[in-house]
Amino acid sequence: MSDFFHKNSISHPMNRRAMLDRCGMGLGALGLTGLLQDEGLLGAPNPLAPKQSHFPGRAKSVIWIFVNGGPSHVDTWDYKPALEKMDGMTFEGFDRFTGFFANAVGGLMKSPFKFTPRGQCGKMVSEIFPRLGEHVDKMAFIHSGHTESNNHSPALFMMNCGVPRMGYPCAGAWATYGLGSSSRDLPSFVVMSDPLGRGLPKGHAANWGAGFLPSVYQGTHFRPKGDPIDNLHRPKEQDTSRQRRQLDLLAQLNRQDLKKNPHEEELAARIESFELAYRMQTAAPEALDLANEPEHLKELYGLNVGKSKHFAAQCMMARRLVERGTRFIQIYSGGMANQRSWDGHSDIKGNHSGFAQETDQPIAGLLTDLEQRGLLDETLIVWAGEFGRLPVAQKSGKPGRDHNPHCFTAWMAGGGVKGGVSHGESDEVGHKAAVDKVHVNDFHATILHLLGLNHKELTYRYGGRDFRLTDVAGKVIAPILA
Amino acid sequence: MKIDSISDFMDKLVLVITIFLAFSITASRAEEKLEFNRDVRPILSNACFHCHGPDEKKRKSGLRLDLESDAFKPAKSGDPVMIKGDAEKSELVFRIFLPDDDDDHMPPIDSGKSITKEQKEILRKWIEQGAEYQGHWAFASTKRPAVPQYPDAKHPLDAFLKKRLLVEGLSMRVEADKETLLRRVSLDLTGLPPTLEEMDAFAEDNTPDAYEKVLDRLLSSPHYGERMALEWLDLARYADSNGFQSDGSRSMWLWREWLIGAYNRNLPFDQFTIEQLAGDMLPNPTDDQIVATGFNRNHRLNGEGGRIVDEWFVETVIDRVETTSMTWMALTMNCARCHDHKYDPISQKEFYQFFAFFNSNDESGVLAANGKNGNNTMPFIKVAGADHKKKEVELKAKLEEAQAKAQASEKAGLAAAFEKWMNEERQAFANGKPRQAWIPLVDEKVTSKGGATFKRQPDGSWLPGGKNPTHDVYEIESPLAAGMFSGILLDCLPDDRIPQKSLGRYSNGNFVLTRVEAEIRPTEGKPMPVKLTRREADYSQQGWDISMVNNGNPGTGWAVDGPTRRKPIKAMFLPDSQVKLPKGGLLVVRFFHEALSQHNMGRFRVSYSERKVTSLGGKPGLPANLVSLLRMEPGSLKPGNRKKLEQYFKANARNPISQAQTKVAQAKKALDNFKNTLPSTMVMKEKPAPKDAFVLNRGEYDQPTDKVERKLPASLPPLAADQPLNRLGLARWLVSGDHPLTARVWVNRIWERLFGVGIVKTSENFGSQAEWPVHPELLDWLAVEFAKPSRLPKVAEKPAQAWDMKAMIKFIMLSKAYRQSSSAPEELYRKDPENRLLARGPRFRLKGETVRDQALAISGLLVPKIGGPSTRPYMPTGVWDETNRYGNLRNYKATTGDGLYRRSMYTIWKRTAAPPSMLLFDAPNREICTPKRSRTNTPLQALALMNEVTYVEAARALAQRMMNEGGDTVESRLTTGFRLVTARTPDKETLAVLKSGFERRRKEFNEKPEAAKSLIMQGTSKPDPSLDARELAAYSATASILLNLDRVVTKD
Repeated sequence: MSDFFHKNSISHPMNRRAMLDRCGMGLGALGLTGLLQDEGLLGAPNPLAPKQSHFPGRAKSVIWIFVNGGPSHVDTWDYKPALEKMDGMTFEGFDRFTGFFANAVGGLMKSPFKFTPRGQCGKMVSEIFPRLGEHVDKMAFIHSGHTESNNHSPALFMMNCGVPRMGYPCAGAWATYGLGSSSRDLPSFVVMSDPLGRGLPKGHAANWGAGFLPSVYQGTHFRPKGDPIDNLHRPKEQDTSRQRRQLDLLAQLNRQDLKKNPHEEELAARIESFELAYRMQTAAPEALDLANEPEHLKELYGLNVGKSKHFAAQCMMARRLVERGTRFIQIYSGGMANQRSWDGHSDIKGNHSGFAQETDQPIAGLLTDLEQRGLLDETLIVWAGEFGRLPVAQKSGKPGRDHNPHCFTAWMAGGGVKGGVSHGESDEVGHKAAVDKVHVNDFHATILHLLGLNHKELTYRYGGRDFRLTDVAGKVIAPILA
Repeated sequence: MKIDSISDFMDKLVLVITIFLAFSITASRAEEKLEFNRDVRPILSNACFHCHGPDEKKRKSGLRLDLESDAFKPAKSGDPVMIKGDAEKSELVFRIFLPDDDDDHMPPIDSGKSITKEQKEILRKWIEQGAEYQGHWAFASTKRPAVPQYPDAKHPLDAFLKKRLLVEGLSMRVEADKETLLRRVSLDLTGLPPTLEEMDAFAEDNTPDAYEKVLDRLLSSPHYGERMALEWLDLARYADSNGFQSDGSRSMWLWREWLIGAYNRNLPFDQFTIEQLAGDMLPNPTDDQIVATGFNRNHRLNGEGGRIVDEWFVETVIDRVETTSMTWMALTMNCARCHDHKYDPISQKEFYQFFAFFNSNDESGVLAANGKNGNNTMPFIKVAGADHKKKEVELKAKLEEAQAKAQASEKAGLAAAFEKWMNEERQAFANGKPRQAWIPLVDEKVTSKGGATFKRQPDGSWLPGGKNPTHDVYEIESPLAAGMFSGILLDCLPDDRIPQKSLGRYSNGNFVLTRVEAEIRPTEGKPMPVKLTRREADYSQQGWDISMVNNGNPGTGWAVDGPTRRKPIKAMFLPDSQVKLPKGGLLVVRFFHEALSQHNMGRFRVSYSERKVTSLGGKPGLPANLVSLLRMEPGSLKPGNRKKLEQYFKANARNPISQAQTKVAQAKKALDNFKNTLPSTMVMKEKPAPKDAFVLNRGEYDQPTDKVERKLPASLPPLAADQPLNRLGLARWLVSGDHPLTARVWVNRIWERLFGVGIVKTSENFGSQAEWPVHPELLDWLAVEFAKPSRLPKVAEKPAQAWDMKAMIKFIMLSKAYRQSSSAPEELYRKDPENRLLARGPRFRLKGETVRDQALAISGLLVPKIGGPSTRPYMPTGVWDETNRYGNLRNYKATTGDGLYRRSMYTIWKRTAAPPSMLLFDAPNREICTPKRSRTNTPLQALALMNEVTYVEAARALAQRMMNEGGDTVESRLTTGFRLVTARTPDKETLAVLKSGFERRRKEFNEKPEAAKSLIMQGTSKPDPSLDARELAAYSATASILLNLDRVVTKD
């Protein structure tokens, strides 16, 4: 074969044709694709076929709690006693253009929340996370995160796609591209957004887009209202068995063509896509249906508590999806910006305690549930937003805090991460990352590493260049690896 | 190992074998002369140029490998990097062959770059062969290569392909059968499948040029332009919304309509380019040429609250640079925004010099203040779309006709007409039958009993002012010529100076008239009262009828709904019989307002009549003073008085000139009114003087450094001396014929569209990272041929011109390569999975738009209207609501009419929530210029095809066609359905499968008739009531399968 056939860095297993020959007419009973997929032999045209990771990964799947709007690290996980002493003092040398509201910069402001030591490790945790505090021994904190934009949309793009601009593939898309799908009948990369009508994160679908990667890798956004997936419901008189027979007939006709053109791989991929669609119609509603979850688990997640009900349901769905093979899930806490998300420009106290109340018990419940099922070891939980918040007050009736691109805190748990550790430090007041700084590229490199992917090798050639999630940088944060 | 034996092995071994095979061919190539561009540059570009390439700031050790002049300088160590012909002494070879972990190994292990063993061998061999450099192929000017000569490959395209196929030991397939071919060309040229009639006609046409006739027919179809536009809409980032946070609507569909029209009238690509990039700068541009410049206004516009205008101005201009360079040159110029381009010879300075061509549009760069409500952002123009054009032409013609008539009548002169008119009028009065009933009073005196004042208005009416007493009485005293008195007319007129801009002086704009008196005062003797017994008005307020005037009750009277109805009203008051007027007498009229406080009349005019009147109608006639003049002996008329009459005649009487002028005014008004209703579209409009441009440090808007002037990149040909240094010059430069990229890029894109993959696979990048063309000579030959045709065919009898898109497409479609069958033996699929060598015909999935359009066309639902504003077909509920809380594009509702069944290219496109069924089929969101779509097959597509209402409804409609047009037997109906979807007749086996499936479905629906009814009720269109519901449901189920067949969603 001549050398003009370009290959991307992930090679596909070849040839489905013999398999098709082998299974011949067995579709109706067995499900052609199921058979193929089970044997791991889906060929080149199926871009979602499971692929070999670069090395054995610790995590099989990722649930990323996206703390939308920019959570304040000094009010959540990054305890700053110095702020208490310096409360109200002018922050000398502070560039008032750091945040968004240069004319509302106030003095340094202590956290309105009490911090107490929690867990074996004694991590100082804000009172707004009473339940999550119980899990600090599972968590690896990164206190020295920093990013490249002080504005929501670019910072969201940075956090999701590694570049502060629209149009690049996000981490979930890269992971799916690198590993394929391990679900037979569900989307591999799922995004859930705020169901309370508070909008989508800024930048919308570009946050879970595939950029220049084939669009098959983009996140499937479950619509928060109505059917989570478009066209999931068959016309109402088209019952399962009738549609099954329809599909068998369709496959039979398509296979007649395949016989004439036995090497046409796109055709086989199409047969398969109908099979997966057929199964998805049953599998997706089943995966998202919490009716049969036992009452004690619903209690655990906070599904019966007014404030946290919606987020609890999403966390529980995430667990069900992970169990069924979905690779990458993002749940956005909060909607668009300002009071609709963690974007506490005014009343940081009310804002953060409100959103903490929505999420504290559900995330804690998720961690407990996964652990009890033995799934936590292979499921990476990520808690991170697009940036942190400033140690100075943003003047307002009730003071808030403005955006801070220089420092944020994130944590990871499960999926090959050490528990009860803290990596990196911010400066005395939490203004800037100071010790063992972690760039967003490093953060991404670590997530890919835990999935068994080398961020430098996970490339895609587009417009004449090999692109990566981590651009031209990124270093795995080794100290937090278990 | 023999290739034949592969099939005996486990499937996974194939991979290993394939690699082996690849290697062995590479090894054999090593014996032939290596070419820098084909063999070496891709390796260096990928592994070395990042640190040893064009970017000066990133360059390590001062070593530059992309330029021959620098590459042979000694390294920093003093060792020669490369010695021509001596690989062993070349430092480069030494370094790349070091172990990976050696500190001196190149590329360094932490760079993330690596070179394979085969690539190392290629570099070694190339240096040994003399290390000959070539400039980047795509930047070298195109020369027409000689066409290889083969007796069985006369078509130049086939000849070039054959040359390569012979090397590979392959040959082309036989020609596809006529059915396949007809469907292939129909979908490729119009995006619509052939009709049954077209299938029959082609099948029966055995003339040698039957195929060519089909091509000509399709190239002349108005749907050709629609199909051609699809890719261009992605490049142009066309959308119906502004993007960003609120993502409200805009109106750019006129540009889309222009685009379709430009393809349909086969605007040559050079002109197509010039008009879109600089139509506004052409001498005396037409509206059409200005609309074309919307290409570079299709970018997003930021209207967010906190946006910084300067910042987004820069983003807007950069978007234009990026889109223009990508669309015409397939260059990623935007890489040079922040730094010199890593791979291509474009410096950061050159980027901003190019930027300077696009920064002088008369714009702010951000969304207009009123842009959130759907208004366009300046500059824009209002013009007629196709729907409006006919009407506009009509109106313009009418205006011109009226103007011509007016001129003619003025020439004819007035004098005679005036004399004639005067005689007629005079005669009429003499006969006691004036031609107009009502004669406005002229020399009258108007007084108020209550102290109001009156002002004469230009139209002869009186406006009361000053005091508005409780109950006023207006008295009018007017001298009258001798004659007959038959009654008075009162015109009540709204006026801005009256309360509520209405008719009465009361604060609510109303009045109540209770009594009207008239008397005639002769010069001598007693005044004679005239009893006005008849009252009529063309409007009365309910409960305040005109009949209440003079009814003896001062508490009642005539009112006019002043507060709400602000329109002129007439009333007349007549005596029982005519009264003779004495010579020199006076007429006195009094209006009483006795009913309600301050309800006095507003502006009014009084006329009288000399002849018996029965109606209020008619315009005011000759004023009283002129009537007196007319009654004088013609000879005694003084010139001044004659002039008065003539003036009146000119202004009021029906005469040829005034008539003609009225018509002109009317026609002009109609045209103006029409123009105000025209849609607007955003365009380019150059500022009088260019705006300064600067290099922006790191691409930041607020960090300008060196000022730059407009200049084209040095690595590309210079601008011709006679061309202006502006957008127009730039556009002409692109299509000058000397530009190495424009024609190559276009030809490659059309190749990609027809064959699935471009001759250069990286159709989005012709820079140095571009893939080496798989058929370089063919690419160049086609590029030259496009700009300077020598072999291009006539299209529908029209000879090919330079940059002739239709002719080029037809030319490619006439080749054997395009016409061959797509089915091929396994080995070929293995060897050439992407079909780059074209040893078989093209076969790949249709675009999302075409999948849907085809279903609509097959089912007969399609509304084939061309152009017009965007439409709203079925989309999921809430599709627009998740992305924005503001903006006018929320709460999506599908239309109920034709808009449901228009072609997909007209579906309204909101950038942040683009049509989901298009996104599913790999459409980009149109945020930015997108040169290429991927082609995936996903379950979400399958869900749409199975369950989306569009397809369910289409299946029902197709079933109806099968029953109504497919004869009476199940076989003939299924055959018709199959032909409609695939353009071919089903074979026996297929028909048997379809039939058994259909029979089962029919049995089920016979058992469950209610399920049948429900199935056929899907969608907005209604099922044919004359058809049996159970039968129709069974055919619908079969039709759904037909629409979903692989071969239906695939171009074969």
